[in-house]
Amino acid sequence: MRTVNSLIGSPIERREDLRFLRGRGEYVDDLLREGLLYAAVLRSSVAHGRIRSLDVSAARALAGVHTVVTAAEVRSGSPENRIPRVPMRLQPLPEFEPVGQPVIAETKVRYVGEALAVVLASSAAIAEDALGLIEVDIEPLPAVAGRRASAKGEAFLFEERASNLAMKFHAVRGDTAIAFKDAPYVRRERFRTQRHMALPMEPRGLLARWDAAEGKLTVCGGAKVLFFNRRTLARHLGLPESAIELIENDVGGGFGARGEFYPEDFLIPFAARHAGRPVKWTEDRREHLMTVNHAREAECEVEIACTRDGAILGLRGHAHVDVGAYMRTNGAVGARNIAQFMSGPYRIENIDIDVSLWLTNKTPVGTYRGPGRFETDFFRERLLDMVARDLAIDRVELRRRNLVPQRDMPYPIATITPFESKDELDSGNYQVTLDRCLREIKWQEKARLSGKAIGGRYHGLAVGCFIEGGAAGPKETARIVLEPDGSFSVYVGSSAIGQGLETAFAQIAADALEVPLDRIRGVLHGSTAYVSDGYGAYHSRSVVMGGSAILAAADNLRAVIRAQAAERLGCAPGEVGIVEGEKAVAPNGRSVALGALSGAGISAEGAFLNKKHTYTYGAHAAHVAVDPKLGHVDLIDYVVVEDCGRIINPLTVHGQAIGSVVQGLGGAVMEHLQYDEDGQLLTGSLADYLIPTASDFPSIRAVVLEEHPSPINPLGAKGAGEGGIIAAGGVMANAIADALRDLAVEPRELPLTPSRIWELVQAGRSNAQSGQG
Amino acid sequence: MKMPPFDYACPTTLLEAVALLASRDDAKALAGGQSLVPMLAFRLAQPALLVDLRKLAELRKITISADGVRLGAMVRWRDILDDDRLTTAQPLLKAAVAEVAHYQIRNRGTVGGSLAHADPAAEMPGIAVTCEAEIHVRGKSGSRMIKAGEFFVGPLMTALAADEIIVEVRLPAWPAGRRWGFQEFARRRGDFALAAAAVFYDEEDGGKICNAHAGAIGVADRPLRLHAVENILNGRRLDDDTMAKADAAACAAVNPDGDIHASAAYRRALVGTMVERALKAAHSRQIV
Amino acid sequence: MSIRFEVNGKKVEVDVEPRMTLADCLRHVLRLTGTHVGCEHGVCGACTIIVDGAAVRSCLMLAVQAEGSQILTVEGLCDGEDLSPLQQSFRKHHALQCGFCTPGMLITAHALLSEEPDCDAARVREVLSGNLCRCTGYISIVEAVLDARVAYRDNAGRVAGKA
Repeated sequence: MRTVNSLIGSPIERREDLRFLRGRGEYVDDLLREGLLYAAVLRSSVAHGRIRSLDVSAARALAGVHTVVTAAEVRSGSPENRIPRVPMRLQPLPEFEPVGQPVIAETKVRYVGEALAVVLASSAAIAEDALGLIEVDIEPLPAVAGRRASAKGEAFLFEERASNLAMKFHAVRGDTAIAFKDAPYVRRERFRTQRHMALPMEPRGLLARWDAAEGKLTVCGGAKVLFFNRRTLARHLGLPESAIELIENDVGGGFGARGEFYPEDFLIPFAARHAGRPVKWTEDRREHLMTVNHAREAECEVEIACTRDGAILGLRGHAHVDVGAYMRTNGAVGARNIAQFMSGPYRIENIDIDVSLWLTNKTPVGTYRGPGRFETDFFRERLLDMVARDLAIDRVELRRRNLVPQRDMPYPIATITPFESKDELDSGNYQVTLDRCLREIKWQEKARLSGKAIGGRYHGLAVGCFIEGGAAGPKETARIVLEPDGSFSVYVGSSAIGQGLETAFAQIAADALEVPLDRIRGVLHGSTAYVSDGYGAYHSRSVVMGGSAILAAADNLRAVIRAQAAERLGCAPGEVGIVEGEKAVAPNGRSVALGALSGAGISAEGAFLNKKHTYTYGAHAAHVAVDPKLGHVDLIDYVVVEDCGRIINPLTVHGQAIGSVVQGLGGAVMEHLQYDEDGQLLTGSLADYLIPTASDFPSIRAVVLEEHPSPINPLGAKGAGEGGIIAAGGVMANAIADALRDLAVEPRELPLTPSRIWELVQAGRSNAQSGQG
Repeated sequence: MKMPPFDYACPTTLLEAVALLASRDDAKALAGGQSLVPMLAFRLAQPALLVDLRKLAELRKITISADGVRLGAMVRWRDILDDDRLTTAQPLLKAAVAEVAHYQIRNRGTVGGSLAHADPAAEMPGIAVTCEAEIHVRGKSGSRMIKAGEFFVGPLMTALAADEIIVEVRLPAWPAGRRWGFQEFARRRGDFALAAAAVFYDEEDGGKICNAHAGAIGVADRPLRLHAVENILNGRRLDDDTMAKADAAACAAVNPDGDIHASAAYRRALVGTMVERALKAAHSRQIV
Repeated sequence: MSIRFEVNGKKVEVDVEPRMTLADCLRHVLRLTGTHVGCEHGVCGACTIIVDGAAVRSCLMLAVQAEGSQILTVEGLCDGEDLSPLQQSFRKHHALQCGFCTPGMLITAHALLSEEPDCDAARVREVLSGNLCRCTGYISIVEAVLDARVAYRDNAGRVAGKA
């Protein structure tokens, strides 16, 4: 382990703030190019149908319209005379091949929002005018409106497949048949989480420019996984990767959704090359809601078996995920995680959970912060509170008895098939974060408030434990350049999406190079020009992977500096000392300023390879007051405690935790993408899709610890950023259940909106009256 | 979401504005724009001509007299909240306006715009109906007065003719000692009400209620006077029993629809709760 | 249509279609891209600017309605390279992550503090409830605004149109 200097772990104010605060950030819609055309996409207003005809002649004739691209142009312009498809980036199983999304609809449409044509015009307004002139004739087919209709199989999204089941994953550990046979206590329940989405504040955008003379394509607006996207685009356009540069500008949030390869990531560059003019496309919010990856729509039927003392013997069940119309780049991750991580931080020796992925006529799904983990945590934590009540065991005590103890780590969790993935909980003391959380929320003092009505509002408390997986491999790359003026530039394959990379990585680099922070000239991230082989920002990997790659690059740079200095100073490289990052010194006292070593600068790359995941862990607790007449939940206090192994910048990791919790609370009580029976998206604007505002959750506290570094990387870091969201659904639902327990309210479904809570109260009342329980 | 193309005019007199509205079939008046511009952005409205009323200074006045309060159509929510006189002259209006949308919207949204837009969940139409306001309009054939109770005919639909502009709304005089309450519940602060209730009453000797007025917002296709509630209140004292009966009467008097935000049953129950809590507030309020 | 107004103390003249929003005019005609567009239907607040002393959603104003106005955008909040006290407070409290909602937050906070330098946390939250943020969870933003009150207490009164 490295010794710490004052930079890692310091609450350094962020460098990127300077331009953001002045309004000098550069997001893709801020960019302008000469001769720019503006793109608008015609989207299907029918959820399921056969395309009979598409007439773009009136649109083409509108003054100001330059080009209209349809499936015909895409097909004839593609190297294999076919419509390219969005590839699977994660879990690219052959089963998903036939249900991948074509970048433009050709014979069928399968969700409201699917792209039908792209108009290029001299202004965005004219392009949008032209959309209204395109005549599209679609023969409507019955919409597969949800997972039950999908399973029924009366209508198929892909007729040739004769099934709407995209895949089934299976998580297994031990032997549940034995565990459940003769188990002293078993409880079976059904739970459901709703479709919602990441909703970053900046809508997507792309600016593509094809230089015919050079044969080079430049695309701005990238994020998250630019290297994979470049490979994909190169293949679909029939270009070598070296001919394409993807540039990451400032990015207005990602949370897993932005940066994956979407149909537009092909269509806009294609259109630019086709038209021979640079093209800018900026999504509007209505489009965003119907085209960017949806997430989280899942239900399960699960059974838990325990001893009378509350020790969990086994967990088994069936989960179902509504994945929408196609399998996009990472559409299977959430589903897979539901099965694999239902055990969470708890020791459950026998597990058997399968999860089915159902195709429906809705927007395709992808990852959203803590994918599958938010859902499965809700399922499990609700079940645990029910178990505690049944067995008359304190809810905290039940959790204590079952948390994986430190001595059992690394602790293997359920194995997932297919795409076999074996995972282990790496390190940590889960009792410590639970203890700290209970202390922070003042659990002992507040326990007496459970279920009490004060001033017409019922008070409730809940606590829940979670793990957050991070550090997805396989690799990340960094490059550090010693500039002629003696400063250092850091290039890294990780992507910035608001998490403060430019500052955190500067801290890591400065620490590794043993120089003051201001000697790091800048951290350049994301764009494909910066490193030879990058991976990006997902699965809470940036600090572990990018940070560790920076350490490797720093080591390599120091070696190169020593070698070059040795030549100058006439000694062996191993004899060279680097003093305060400013000069190289030989044993005979001769020295040379680092910047003077090379007029062109000295550069070295480094990489970090990784096959194992890290597990940040912790606990959340909530204190709520519920008005049963309004169904309104007042969040009186909320605490999240997490141990993330090693804290690089306490300011930013704390900010991530709070932001993540608030997203989770939005998912718990208000966010919901709703469709009708015809597959029409009813929540088409921010007036209907509700996210938390400043007045909704005024009291949230986060405590971030670093007591158990990860053993699998030189920084000792684990990922951070997703833990705040993971436990929020389960904890809020349990707090509401605790508050309303005397009213026989048992929430089993999210979101817990005022209307739903009120309905639960009414149902509880009428059950009580009729003698049902 | 760029707007469709339209012509734009910015008249300097009311007569000019009316003439412009009358000159085209699909001309629309533009007041604060807080409701109209989003509709244009979604292309739900495609007027050929927008007539901007911002230069009509005479529509910006708030006049308070013994006859009551007159609000010019271009008076902004912000102007109402900033006007200290209204704390006594129309406290119910002020309380309702404080719930309208958000800070930025209140700096531009107008009384006339809200009335003309007629969103069933908006506060101003509800206040106008509850207080039996008079809405004065001007069209090419002259001026007329439309009673608030007859002004709102359906969701986003009013009795205004295509060439008519709201000039002002008149709220009756508000006697000292009047008791009032306004309760609204929305998903988040500033969202459209899931349901809201506005109530006021005077007290006779002996503390009995008279002249009760109760209005419901957000539970029908237009704001509703709750006569059933008023009948319960008049002649009684306001005690727990009265409030419970008023709650029940409100629930029975409405027939709301369910939507993506709330079920019908919930809304029905909610309006009763809003009435009850508005009455509670009225009862316990310190009268200025 | 040709219109004239003042932005951040500078007189400008632009020629725009009536249907162009003030947000698009500022961003694409005047190239003041600090004001951001997050929804175009008046909900998210990222486009907030100050027009004649009042914080407004620039996506809900037509550019042609700005004729004769004094406008302040985020670019006008500080002179030169030094951050204003409000901006410094945002930085200190880590009240921004991706930066997209930040200009709208700053402008709204600036308008509020200029009028109500003694506002409390509840008032700050209420006023900022019209500005959506997806990254921070708002806690640090509210803290930053409260911490900046002291800098506004010497200059109570209406918000000026200039920086």
